[in-house]
Amino acid sequence: MATIYIDNEPYTVEPNGRNLLEVCLSLGLDLPYFCWHPALKSVGACRQCAVILFRDENDTRGRLTMACMTAARDGMRLSLTDPRAVAFRASIIEWLMVNHPHDCPVCDEGGECHLQDMTVMTGHVRRDYRFDKRTHRNQNLGPLVNHEMNRCIACYRCVRYYRDYAGGRDLQALGWHDHVYFGRMEDGTLESPFSGNLVEVCPTGVFTDKTLGRHYTRKWDLQTAPSLCVHCGVGCNTMPGERYGLLRRVQNRFHHEINGYFLCDRGRYGYEFVNDAARPRVAADPDTVRGWLSEGRVAGAGSPRASLEANAALRALVGAENFYAGVAPAEHALVALMRALLEVHPTPPPSLREVEEADAVLLLGEDPTHTTPRLALALRQAALRPPMAAAGATLKIPPFDDAALREAVQDATAPFFIATPQATALDGVAMQALRLAPDDVARLGYAIAAGEGEIAAALRNAQRPLVVAGFGSGSPAVAQAAAAAARALGARLCFTLPACNSLGLALFDAPGVADMPRDVKTLILLETDLFRLLPDAEARLRKVKHVVVLDCLATPTVAAAHAVLPTATFAEADGTLVNYEGRAQRHFRVFPATGDVREAWQWLDALRGVTRTFDEVTAALAALPAFAGVEGAAPRAEFRLLGQPVPRQPHRTSGRTAVTANVDVHEPTTPPDPDSPLAFSMEGYQGHPPAPLTPRFWAPGWNSQQALNKFQQEVGGPLVGRPTGVHLLPVNTGAVPAGTPPPPFQPRADAVLFLPAHHIFGSEPLSARAPGIAALTPAPALAVGAALYARLGGGPVEVRVGDAVLTLPLREDPALPVGTAVLPVGLCAEALPAWGTLTGGPRDA
Amino acid sequence: MTDRPLTALIKPERAPLSLAEYEHAGGYAGLRRALTLTPAEVTTEVTKSTLRGRGGAGFPTGNKWSLVPAVDGRKYVVVNADEMEPGTMKDRLLLEGNPHQTVEGAIITAYAVGAQTAYIFLRWGYQLAEARVAQAIADAYAAGYLGERILGTDFSLQLYLHMSAGRYMCGEETALLNALEGKRANPRSKPPFPPVSGLFGRPTIVNNAETVSNVPHILRNGWEWFTKLSSGADGGTKLFGASGRVRTPGVWERPMGTPLREIFADCAGGMAPGYAFRALLPGGASTGFLTEDAFDTPLDFTSVEKAGSRLGTGTMIVLDDKTCPVGMQYSLQRFFARESCGWCTPCREGLPWVARTLEALEAGDGEARDLDVLDAHVHGLAMGNTFCALAPGAMAPLESALKLFRADFERHISEKRCPWT
Repeated sequence: MATIYIDNEPYTVEPNGRNLLEVCLSLGLDLPYFCWHPALKSVGACRQCAVILFRDENDTRGRLTMACMTAARDGMRLSLTDPRAVAFRASIIEWLMVNHPHDCPVCDEGGECHLQDMTVMTGHVRRDYRFDKRTHRNQNLGPLVNHEMNRCIACYRCVRYYRDYAGGRDLQALGWHDHVYFGRMEDGTLESPFSGNLVEVCPTGVFTDKTLGRHYTRKWDLQTAPSLCVHCGVGCNTMPGERYGLLRRVQNRFHHEINGYFLCDRGRYGYEFVNDAARPRVAADPDTVRGWLSEGRVAGAGSPRASLEANAALRALVGAENFYAGVAPAEHALVALMRALLEVHPTPPPSLREVEEADAVLLLGEDPTHTTPRLALALRQAALRPPMAAAGATLKIPPFDDAALREAVQDATAPFFIATPQATALDGVAMQALRLAPDDVARLGYAIAAGEGEIAAALRNAQRPLVVAGFGSGSPAVAQAAAAAARALGARLCFTLPACNSLGLALFDAPGVADMPRDVKTLILLETDLFRLLPDAEARLRKVKHVVVLDCLATPTVAAAHAVLPTATFAEADGTLVNYEGRAQRHFRVFPATGDVREAWQWLDALRGVTRTFDEVTAALAALPAFAGVEGAAPRAEFRLLGQPVPRQPHRTSGRTAVTANVDVHEPTTPPDPDSPLAFSMEGYQGHPPAPLTPRFWAPGWNSQQALNKFQQEVGGPLVGRPTGVHLLPVNTGAVPAGTPPPPFQPRADAVLFLPAHHIFGSEPLSARAPGIAALTPAPALAVGAALYARLGGGPVEVRVGDAVLTLPLREDPALPVGTAVLPVGLCAEALPAWGTLTGGPRDA
Repeated sequence: MTDRPLTALIKPERAPLSLAEYEHAGGYAGLRRALTLTPAEVTTEVTKSTLRGRGGAGFPTGNKWSLVPAVDGRKYVVVNADEMEPGTMKDRLLLEGNPHQTVEGAIITAYAVGAQTAYIFLRWGYQLAEARVAQAIADAYAAGYLGERILGTDFSLQLYLHMSAGRYMCGEETALLNALEGKRANPRSKPPFPPVSGLFGRPTIVNNAETVSNVPHILRNGWEWFTKLSSGADGGTKLFGASGRVRTPGVWERPMGTPLREIFADCAGGMAPGYAFRALLPGGASTGFLTEDAFDTPLDFTSVEKAGSRLGTGTMIVLDDKTCPVGMQYSLQRFFARESCGWCTPCREGLPWVARTLEALEAGDGEARDLDVLDAHVHGLAMGNTFCALAPGAMAPLESALKLFRADFERHISEKRCPWT
């Protein structure tokens, strides 16, 4: 511990390689900044965080110093309030305002703008600049991010995030002097699948959320709630915002162990499926459906995209013996295998923070950028951080001096090895990226487990090695081999999972929907699209007398149903989801469902003829051994702070009494919420609620997302109070399931091995309904290796796999192993990898 | 032995010496001697010579070399020939006049610091120098002064000529390194300094072309000879220059510490007929004005600083009575504003404001508060407030102009015009 004197007040702090800005902010002091970002660290460009630093107690003059570039040391003396520092900080704002337009009233950032906040904080109010402002042309950056360059204050955060942190190439600093321009060489969609974070990284309105812009609402008019991303198995924490029944946007909700400061674009922009006009909204008569339940055998299929509570309610309705997992057979078996492998592994699955801190990585069979994108962003940090740490130690560069560390490191990466059939977006940070068929990937894993080869040697030297595999390869052999390698190396083991509650559904230990008996009279499908899961879905459904579908998506199964009960989306429902780590987390209703739409668990309880609160559903669930402790994921509904609930609406929400005055001059009654400690109101506890209940980040003077500083134990650190989520997955439970290396992959003359290809945009069914995501979804194409591509050209080719026949154009993935081709998932219900045939190409070939 | 080693072999009326002529005149003897010494001994020789960097900052050259850590692996030497300071043309004389001298200096420097690769980073506009330096490098390779196992020793060096894309900012050594790496020419935060983490993050010595050109002579003639070239504390000679309405503008080599009056009156011949002297910037555009009071100042780093300015590049810009001092400032500040890299706020936004204010004054559009704006920038763009020295350098002439020529600035405002037009 060290003592630092700020304006002659002693503060006890832990310097720990931190700079003075981080120390001041962590102490709760207000010091304005722009170019520093807790995840991007310091570069000293904006000069906004100037303080006066004194040599010692005898130094009365001191020296203007940038807090973000100065390491905190014991005995340091500095002043934030020295008039010279105050004046200089105001003059920085004055300079930034030279060219910043006065367009706050029409700017999407207005009301949650870091530049506005910092301007007010410095007290700069008077404009002396009397000349024209410079203007720029804006670019069309695609359907997700809006570009308004005139507002730019050139903090360089965008390019530092986009290029240095996220590995993007197409956004750059262009131009020179006061004409620096942050954009692409030409108009075009940003290539990085993490581009949406620019919206939050940008301290003003240069990069804004284009989807929000189409149905714009000020931050202070958004009703928000703590929520979770439902578009893959990572479990990123989000803050969706709603007004007038329309979900307007999703923002990142900091979770120190998982998503930190960043989301992927699927997670940020997938939300618009909630607003989809095609959503089922008209309910069948529940009494009729209830009548069907006594007609004969009833079975139900739960869903990996439904909450634990919804699945539990279905299980209670149909009985444990009639409860099936609505998952394709191969995926069901693979997820069960991965769960079993995780439970016997000596260490728990790593959080994303632990992934970032790994110092050696083995990635087997998986392209996480397209399966669990946020994990890929974490893995990129794992590749870059160890050399930076080493260079910092050797050259005595403090850990926050980002530019100097990156300069010292150049292109060096940690031991990071990739073995996949197809090229991955992480190849660029890998020491080696091998292109192998899945069975050969598995063989490599087993060889590493046996200590053979240089990869094994490199991983063995690591302090914090990590092995990553997952559902993306579709290969149980790869999962087995990954677990064997991780165990042999003493590494952490991370499996990717496809859906937001894949692991949660797996914990019910239900058989897969394919094993459902054929004599079912009434089939209840909870958020399960049978056509996506089973090749013979149509035949099966035809045999069932009553098909009851509960869903929030307009799927082919909904179209084939005898009765549809429209369910609430994540934004209109409470629920607990279990992520890839086995961490159960709660999401809360952002806004109440309207019309016939009800939360799935409420429909199912209604069919069963019971009325329970959400907490009662969770309590019943917790009685199952696998879910013991699940109630700890979030406080119970009766939780109150100073006797008050947590308001979902900010205290500045406008028009509370006026908006509906055309209907009724009385203030509308707020909808009750018996299921959570949150209220659909602006009234309630105005302080900081516990982390799992935090609906927004706001503090006096801090209207942007960066108010987060005030909610953290220290900047960049965990949120104040109890962490969110509880771990349900046991670890180190016993014997390792036997696994043996498969024989080497043998290409066949008469067939091609079709491998699954996932894409961040389009492979996940919920987000695929969001217009922004749909616009970026690539047209389906079959990827083939160089030789095949040379022979067949651009196609089209006819693909036969199982009973499915598909006609597809070709694209080239030059290093793809001979004898394989990569087929986008979701085009057919056949399990991949699978052998099939490929015919076509130029007629004369 | 000459007392003007840098320019003795330069004959402006003819092409530079060929390799054979250069060798005949004693060229590469310094390198030959250096290779008989250990690298540490070469560094010691240069340290004892009291050679200080000629790019403007005046850092002791031998001390800089000794900051290179004794680590294995790649090290670099970069010759900073990105001479773009307004009014400065001294490196041009050396590179066009006797390129082998600079090449030889670069080789010795690389030997002393253990570099395997060296670059000459040349200003884009110096196309004649480009051709001559390229020829000198090619000749040196052919003669075995460059390449593998130089002169039969274990020392190998690759020397490349890099033509800059043409930015003043690249004169700042860390911006130069970024540019050489193919990045934006933004300066870097220091520490770490280039001797520790420079080009491609490796130990790197960046020396000015004139600095490097002194090195062969120090090695050939010994450090004592070098210190005796001047009478002051800083050894050696210096290229001094003068531009503006002087009788004979030019560049001359004189002992370090030569009085200002000698350069102005004897070398430059005083003011051209019909022009009266008002003040001069002693070391290029980013130094403050000196007046006639300072004519006895010895031109060395310490003395010029005592007189209230900086030696800078040693090439003076003379202001006469027929040139508007505000217009001169406008010209300079427009240059600095254009050359700001755009990295830090005060420089990026402040310099254009200054330039536009001066433009308004010149156009007769001045307002009383404009002088407050200029004063505020002189104060606000001080060293330490900005990321690098560009903006503080730009403020040096403005600050002194606002003091010396206050009345002229005020006349622009009160008369609503430039009195010189």
